[in-house]
Amino acid sequence: MIEQLPVLVIVIPLMAAPLFVLIGNRKLVLLLTQLVCWTVFGITVSLLSRMQYGPISYELGGWPSPYGIVYNVDYLSAFVMLFVSGLGAIVITYAPKSIDKEVHHSKHTLFYASYLLCMTGLLGMCITGDLFNVFVFLEISSLSSYALISLGKTRRAPLAALHYLIIGTVGATFFLIGIGLLYQMTGTLNMADIASRLQAVESSRTMLVAFAFMTVGLFIKMAVFPLHTWLPNAYTYAPSVVTCFIAATATKVSVYAFIRLIYVIFTPQFAFERLPLDSALMAFSLVGIFVASAAAIYQTNIKRLLAYSSVAQIGYMLLGISMSNVGGLTAGITHMFNHALIKGGLFMVVGCFALRIGSLKLEDLRGAGKTMPLTSFAWVVGGLGLIGVPMTAGFVSKWLLLTSALSLELWPVAVLMLLSSLLAVVYIWRVVEILYFSPASHLAKTAKEAPMAMLIPTYIVIGSTIVFGCWTVYSAGIAHAAAESLLGITQMGGVQ
Amino acid sequence: MTDFLGLYNYWIVIFLMMTGFYIVIARENLIKTIIGLNIFQTSVFLLYITMGKVTGGTAPILKGSHSGESHGAESHGAESHGAEHGQELHAAAEGHLDSGVEAVTEIYSNPIPSVLMLTAIVVGIATTALALALVVRIREEYGTIEEDEILEMDRNS
Repeated sequence: MIEQLPVLVIVIPLMAAPLFVLIGNRKLVLLLTQLVCWTVFGITVSLLSRMQYGPISYELGGWPSPYGIVYNVDYLSAFVMLFVSGLGAIVITYAPKSIDKEVHHSKHTLFYASYLLCMTGLLGMCITGDLFNVFVFLEISSLSSYALISLGKTRRAPLAALHYLIIGTVGATFFLIGIGLLYQMTGTLNMADIASRLQAVESSRTMLVAFAFMTVGLFIKMAVFPLHTWLPNAYTYAPSVVTCFIAATATKVSVYAFIRLIYVIFTPQFAFERLPLDSALMAFSLVGIFVASAAAIYQTNIKRLLAYSSVAQIGYMLLGISMSNVGGLTAGITHMFNHALIKGGLFMVVGCFALRIGSLKLEDLRGAGKTMPLTSFAWVVGGLGLIGVPMTAGFVSKWLLLTSALSLELWPVAVLMLLSSLLAVVYIWRVVEILYFSPASHLAKTAKEAPMAMLIPTYIVIGSTIVFGCWTVYSAGIAHAAAESLLGITQMGGVQ
Repeated sequence: MTDFLGLYNYWIVIFLMMTGFYIVIARENLIKTIIGLNIFQTSVFLLYITMGKVTGGTAPILKGSHSGESHGAESHGAESHGAEHGQELHAAAEGHLDSGVEAVTEIYSNPIPSVLMLTAIVVGIATTALALALVVRIREEYGTIEEDEILEMDRNS
């Protein structure tokens, strides 16, 4: 049983989804979905706790490694799976009241099934060691997230979902072209096997084209600055619960796939020395941080504000990856985790506002600090984390990023990072001012405090951003171990 | 010139890919955009299938790998059906065996790219189905499937 855990992470939610559609009872399916999500979370916790005995490799159906599909669990994949399934579980616990209001009752079982499929896809992308399997799981998670986004109440939701579908499919197809070209050159789909055969064909132009296609495909999925156009609309018009889950996890898993692509399949030498991807990444991420943060300042819808902020935060993760040393990589991975908590928590706060006030326009939120004090306070705490104030999770990752930039003597990058944090202060403070220091709008005046069933999960996530701000053994510590093993693998590859 | 013609399959792939991509970017009609997306995906199917083909290669079906045993088993099965049939099938099995011996030296095409594309086709169908369902909902809400008209309506509302 214990050795089957890696496959159970995928099989349980994947099998549960169609079963739940057949059951069809809304309340029962909700309970079962929560049960499945927490079970998967439990499995990922036990997988991560077993990492101290070394990475796990699971051969599907007993087919030996380069021929069959392998599931690999190491520090990095176990860590990413942990927070994906953890946020998935806590968001679905928070969800019932919000879904009741925002999604039509007849769609509930389908909603839960899509939610589970989306989680399956994201976890699958983390665990699989087979490149084509990554594409399949990428499409599973994408297709289910298009469906989830289209369930939003406004008529713009299906349009936002369709735009995301078109751009997302182009991205996934680019990724597929890259896989094809890699297969053509190496004759294998197993990531480790590709890596070991790459040296012989590294200088060919096909490799460059394959790498370029895969990078651009993942950039679209990550919503890196010039390719981010699908994200604000998709996040804004999706149901609140869907935004919580997707904003917290989906883009991070694509960042994870990108880390695998650079550090496991191709080598950093190939990506950063033969190609100037490191300076390109740095430029893209810095421009993205500034443009998206500035755009966030001018938004009038709180969800759209956070969506632009997400685009900016992806920049920090890529900045860490582009430094290609242990410090930068640790910072990037830590920020994936911290940002998942912070942004998940903030979108959960937004979900509470959506439930009680019914509008997400900033002018309608005026004065909500008096009628919804607990929800508003959660915004303040989460916002401090997003800015990167000391004692919050955001500070830890920005500090790691800053020290890593300084150790590489990238002074301009360090200065720009600090300046960009000021932009975050502006857009977070703008909302705080509206909540606490503006005359109440008529909607906010009559609003009640959000129900405990939603506040408690929100505070668990928001509270954990403080916990992981003070105590970093299980965030930055694991990220450091993951970064070391990634760079260790590539150093060994370089020696061979 | 021979290089150019010798790689004609790749030229077809690139032509289709760019056609599809252009349609996705340039067309305002949502259905036409989806058609463009389909052409774009199909070009990738062709890319994979064309890379799996080995010149002069045949379908990779292993024939008569355990020649003696399978021969015996087949003729035995045939006899139980009936004597007359048995004779014919016995002969057929013998022919089968001959080709099996040849098969050792035969060249096979790589089946894996084709198999991968079966999965990709399924993904493509799911994507198209979902996209069409979304277009139906958009049309119900807005009464049109022209993107510029929809954006115009959103701007005014």
